[in-house]
Amino acid sequence: MTDELDKLESAFEATRPEPDHAARRRAVEAALGAYDAENATAAQGSAAGARPTRQRANWFARLIGGLPMRLTYKRLNPMLLGGASLATIAVAMIVAYDYPKKRLEGPDFAIEQRQNAADTRDESVALRDDKANAPAPSVPAESAEVQGSASVQAVPSTKPQDRFQAQVPNAELEGNLAGAGNRSVDRLIGGTESDTRQADAPVLQKSVGEATGRDLAARRESSVLETEEMAAEPRSRVALKEAKQSTSSAQVKADDAVAPTYQDQGRDNFEEIEANPVKVVTEERVSTFSIDVDTASYSFVRGQILRGVLPQKDAVRVEEMVNYFPYDYPLPESRETPFRADVQVIPSPWNDQTRLMRIGIQGYALAEEEKPRSNLVFLIDSSGSMNAPDKLPLLKNALKLMLEALDPDDTVAIVTYAGAAGTVLESTPVSQAGRILAALERLHAGGSTAGAEGIRQAYQLAEANYDAEGINRVILATDGDFNVGITDIGELEGFVERKRKTGVLLSVLGFGHGNLNDALMQALAQNGNGQAAYIDTLSEARKALVEEAGSTLFPIAKDVKIQIEFNPAAVAEYRLIGYETRMLRREDFNNDKVDAGEIGSGHRVTALYEITPAGAGQRQVDALRYQPVTELEANPSELAFLKVRYKPPGGDVSKLVETVIPRSAEFDASDSRTQETRFAAAVAGFGQLLRGGRHMGDFTYDDVAALAEGAKGPDRFGYRAEFLNLVRLAKSAAALEPLK
Amino acid sequence: MAGKECPPYRALLQKNFPIPQGFPHPMRPMDDMLQERADEGLALCAANGDREAFGVLLERHYGLVLGVGMRLLGNRAEAEDLAQDVCIGLARKIRSFRGEAKFTTWLYQVVLNAGRDALRRRGTRAQAQSDFAQLDALNRAGEADRAAQAHWLRQALAALKPDLRETAILVLDQGLTHAEAGEVLGVSETTISWRLHEIRKALKAQAAREDAK
Repeated sequence: MTDELDKLESAFEATRPEPDHAARRRAVEAALGAYDAENATAAQGSAAGARPTRQRANWFARLIGGLPMRLTYKRLNPMLLGGASLATIAVAMIVAYDYPKKRLEGPDFAIEQRQNAADTRDESVALRDDKANAPAPSVPAESAEVQGSASVQAVPSTKPQDRFQAQVPNAELEGNLAGAGNRSVDRLIGGTESDTRQADAPVLQKSVGEATGRDLAARRESSVLETEEMAAEPRSRVALKEAKQSTSSAQVKADDAVAPTYQDQGRDNFEEIEANPVKVVTEERVSTFSIDVDTASYSFVRGQILRGVLPQKDAVRVEEMVNYFPYDYPLPESRETPFRADVQVIPSPWNDQTRLMRIGIQGYALAEEEKPRSNLVFLIDSSGSMNAPDKLPLLKNALKLMLEALDPDDTVAIVTYAGAAGTVLESTPVSQAGRILAALERLHAGGSTAGAEGIRQAYQLAEANYDAEGINRVILATDGDFNVGITDIGELEGFVERKRKTGVLLSVLGFGHGNLNDALMQALAQNGNGQAAYIDTLSEARKALVEEAGSTLFPIAKDVKIQIEFNPAAVAEYRLIGYETRMLRREDFNNDKVDAGEIGSGHRVTALYEITPAGAGQRQVDALRYQPVTELEANPSELAFLKVRYKPPGGDVSKLVETVIPRSAEFDASDSRTQETRFAAAVAGFGQLLRGGRHMGDFTYDDVAALAEGAKGPDRFGYRAEFLNLVRLAKSAAALEPLK
Repeated sequence: MAGKECPPYRALLQKNFPIPQGFPHPMRPMDDMLQERADEGLALCAANGDREAFGVLLERHYGLVLGVGMRLLGNRAEAEDLAQDVCIGLARKIRSFRGEAKFTTWLYQVVLNAGRDALRRRGTRAQAQSDFAQLDALNRAGEADRAAQAHWLRQALAALKPDLRETAILVLDQGLTHAEAGEVLGVSETTISWRLHEIRKALKAQAAREDAK
């Protein structure tokens, strides 16, 4: 009978768990986040600035620490025994440096390197300088001046391309033994040699060379080799375990290093949309919806198309695309009626049996001196996922732009959230722009995303500086990838909705693509009485934050709902284009408890209905044989009746504005007064085509372009010209982004 | 903080974990000291605010934490939760690491404590949830033997008294020497040896009961 302990041991052996990579990563990220929080409280914010320096200063200590020394030696010994002439063993270590960051820092780098070199000498681990050039694949035995008979070359390898790190995720640090005739290493190096050399930016090479007098030889080795060799060792289990550990320790840092250029693909998260159906007026006369001033969808669609890819269908919200563009609608006369509704009806460009009814709501534009003071809290996502050129760096620039649009007595505070949330800047008046800019510059991305905690702190800060007369707003800038703390959309919504009652508003700026959580951002902005904008370029940032700062910052009416009652004598069918996520129940129109969209100063909102006039030759829905026999007493000279409900920014009781839409609102397509309507129709047509073009007949992208071309107007900022380009690009865009 | 280039851990390091003279010296077998230094050095760096050292340390020992957690709790889901909690907890605890013991010894203590807490929280649900996912995966992979072994192991461990279970995990699973296990558990080396004897006895008794059924 076998010994019970042996049985136990072999059972342990057989069932030893393999750590799950994702779980490991989550744990490590969460822990690093907590670690940051620990050290942030110790360092009170300056940790962010100090960290990179310390990291680099310590790099050799870590390198030694992270290197499985015992393995190195074990592999060394057989080779020594095998070749007595081997006087020198060169150990090349590669540190995959975070190159783009370093390059930005320019001259500092050389200094850092010198410090590193000094550090290196501090460690009593002797680093022997290898005088001879040691071109990577083979190290001539005589090339090294033998002191301890082993030389260690530390080669900070720099790497601008992400391919590098993707290919060799654990190249971060590898003890690599290269002796004469070490073919296995050569073989492995062969493929990556050119990459590595190319990566050695001349400037860096020089500075390192000057600092240390050491030639650079870059060497890389796949961990597979290491593992294979280890397997031959007698204490195979232990050795394998160590090999795994060393690989994994290399892995995490390689992952870190990959982050700057890593690009998620196809993980953008959008709420599903079912396009509004055609409704028959005799069955459902009333259409109710909440206005939507967001424009995020258009920017996202643009970003995708410019990348040569058609956006996913749910990313296309037609109303947001239409609302992206400024339209020239008549302005309301006074602040008493904060907005004015303007309606036009034109023949539908894609269906000769139908017409388009365009409803334009133009908000009152506050004069400069009327603008209330702003108390803003920037809530900035500084998690690792924000570490991409179109995220944090763009965000910093966007916020700098925004500072210009603010008044000197407005205040700005900055809260960041990564693994843990922290206040980077207490409320500071914009007149002290320098302090704000400095705080912005200090931001860096890293760690996981404790979004909920960040939101909580930001609200706290906004409430602490609450200005009853002014605008109190939290501006959340994120890619929406919350992964620590409350991550449930419903809970976050609930929180934001409660906070809204305290008078603090929430706007959301979305950044990045590949991993954008649009659904979450929309949910937050809608419940926080704010807007969601998607910033993909600096010019978009300018549009959203500077040109339209007024409408972004100063609401003139809130909970704006629109209800339209169609006249069955004039209109047989109708279909609301877009606004799928904003539909309201008929009874909600008069219920002041039901939340709806806000209008900012000078803002305009456009809604389009496709209507089939009564008496049209061909309807989209067949008329029923058994119609209720009713006399249509209604006046056929009226198309519909428009009702708009809104609340003043500070009020809780809604006001009602009513207008009749007369037949006189109908225009010919050729009428020059319909220019704005035609352009809106072109955008709506484009959006619907992107969504599949269910109601679009044989309307094509070319038709969209032709329609938009004819309605470009003065187009001061070139938005419409850009739209035209987009339409042309969409023709050749791929349906799905190819995997890179 | 920014100007603090050289944290005070160096002197401590040198004192407690001196580097052998003449390093590097390829003809000499690698001293265990250095391997220790690798961990303890990192831990001291981490205790002094070196974020990356902390990250490397976590990466390196996540497997250890998960492994022990898995043995203690019996299923992967709970073990992963435990491992994450331990990792997060280390962010604070690492500061209290003074380099006076081996890092892994210290870490085992942390994990075992966390495991005991988790088991206590589980309270009346004394029966560990079976890790069906693992058994299922093994069965599907045609490794019925290993599945049976896993099942047996879980039952055997669950039946052991806590101190015996921990000893078995440390010595038989994690491969610690009796002395090391003793240090982790705060008992003498001979106690560990005695406990192993007890484990053998308990397992035999279990087997006898199984046979009798």
